[in-house]
Amino acid sequence: MASLGELERSVMEVLWSRDAGLTANDLRDALALRDGESGRAVATTTVLTVLSRLERKGFVTRARETRPHQYRALLTREEHTAELMHEVLDRSSDRDAALARFVGTVSAGEAATLRRLLDELSRS
Amino acid sequence: MLAVAALLGVFALLLAWPVPVVLSRAAWPSQSPAVALALWQAIALGGGLSMIGCLLVFGSSPAGSLLAATGALLPHLFIGPIPPEFGVVHLAALTLAAGLAAHLALNLALTAVRAERERRRQHQLIALLGDPLPGEPRTRVLAHSLPLAYCVPGIRTATVLTEGLIEALGELELRAVIAHERAHLDQLHHLVLLAFRAWHSALPWFPIANRAERSVALLAEMLADDEARHAAGDDALRRAMLQVGSGGEPGAYADSGGVVPDIEMLEARLARLGGPVRRPPRALRLAVVSAAVLIVALPIAALLVSLGGIS
Repeated sequence: MASLGELERSVMEVLWSRDAGLTANDLRDALALRDGESGRAVATTTVLTVLSRLERKGFVTRARETRPHQYRALLTREEHTAELMHEVLDRSSDRDAALARFVGTVSAGEAATLRRLLDELSRS
Repeated sequence: MLAVAALLGVFALLLAWPVPVVLSRAAWPSQSPAVALALWQAIALGGGLSMIGCLLVFGSSPAGSLLAATGALLPHLFIGPIPPEFGVVHLAALTLAAGLAAHLALNLALTAVRAERERRRQHQLIALLGDPLPGEPRTRVLAHSLPLAYCVPGIRTATVLTEGLIEALGELELRAVIAHERAHLDQLHHLVLLAFRAWHSALPWFPIANRAERSVALLAEMLADDEARHAAGDDALRRAMLQVGSGGEPGAYADSGGVVPDIEMLEARLARLGGPVRRPPRALRLAVVSAAVLIVALPIAALLVSLGGIS
């Protein structure tokens, strides 16, 4: 049994691969097609649950003028990733509570200083 | 009572100014980061207890003990008359003590809640955007060219790497980075950092709080580096730091004010690598640990003594 998290991912992957909006039934069919024989059928109600969760998280928008509603990805995967990276890098001092980074962003000039420092260390 | 209050006051002042300054300038912490981290925590805890304790003991002094003062004042908390032996200064001290304690506790709670919310959001995003890294549990890879590694602590933990990082680093260097992030997660560094961040945000005008937060963050990085050295060796860790450090887009994130790891911290970490592992003498480490215990025990003992009253 795939978890809701895995289903969310699968739904997003389908939406990211299409330009047009999809209905819950379209998505159910696309998921069944994608998973092939090995996959298991997902009920349309489950797809709707996943879609409303994704909508709440800001990944999916819903066009309400048509019936049934059409869903599409709000941003491309690349745009979401870029946004996440900005969040991690731009944390102000009181927002960085959850994360620790390996190395801060270092400019090219600073990197050159570091290399010189290391060369001096290894020579001495 | 007044003597105890004075003692606590002097102790609070020592822990607020000269002791942290000396510690943040000392050279030995980089050789023994775990001991130094314990000492910083003792200083923060002991300092807070002394400061609040000093006010509490002084404010209660007219009644002779903390318990007696509680007994005398509590019935008159909302309705007068206040017992005449308590002057305005005593009541002001007690109010300040209560306010300070509430302020610190609320700030800690608020910082923790904010951190938890941020973490939950991070987990949601990386679950949808990151791909698992084969062979490395709880590790996600983001499709981005900027070399970056970070970890998301909590009950569920995750180490996040970017494709740019994996491309820039060799196998051994990558192992060093992953070991570094895992050490942060396994050693629960976020809890220590959280406490100091809360302290800093509660007392932003307090010059030492900033210095303490920085020192503690650097010590946590050094502890994580030690695990990475153990897993992949000094050279691999150094190469990884330089690769990641220089690979970032220069200037692209220039407005990232207040970001914790900066160039000076990186220099301090690099300076420890290579050469034999130097450890401070056993006697020094023992002395520091004893000092840490004493720093916390002294205000607690003073408060316990004041609880029942001093003859």
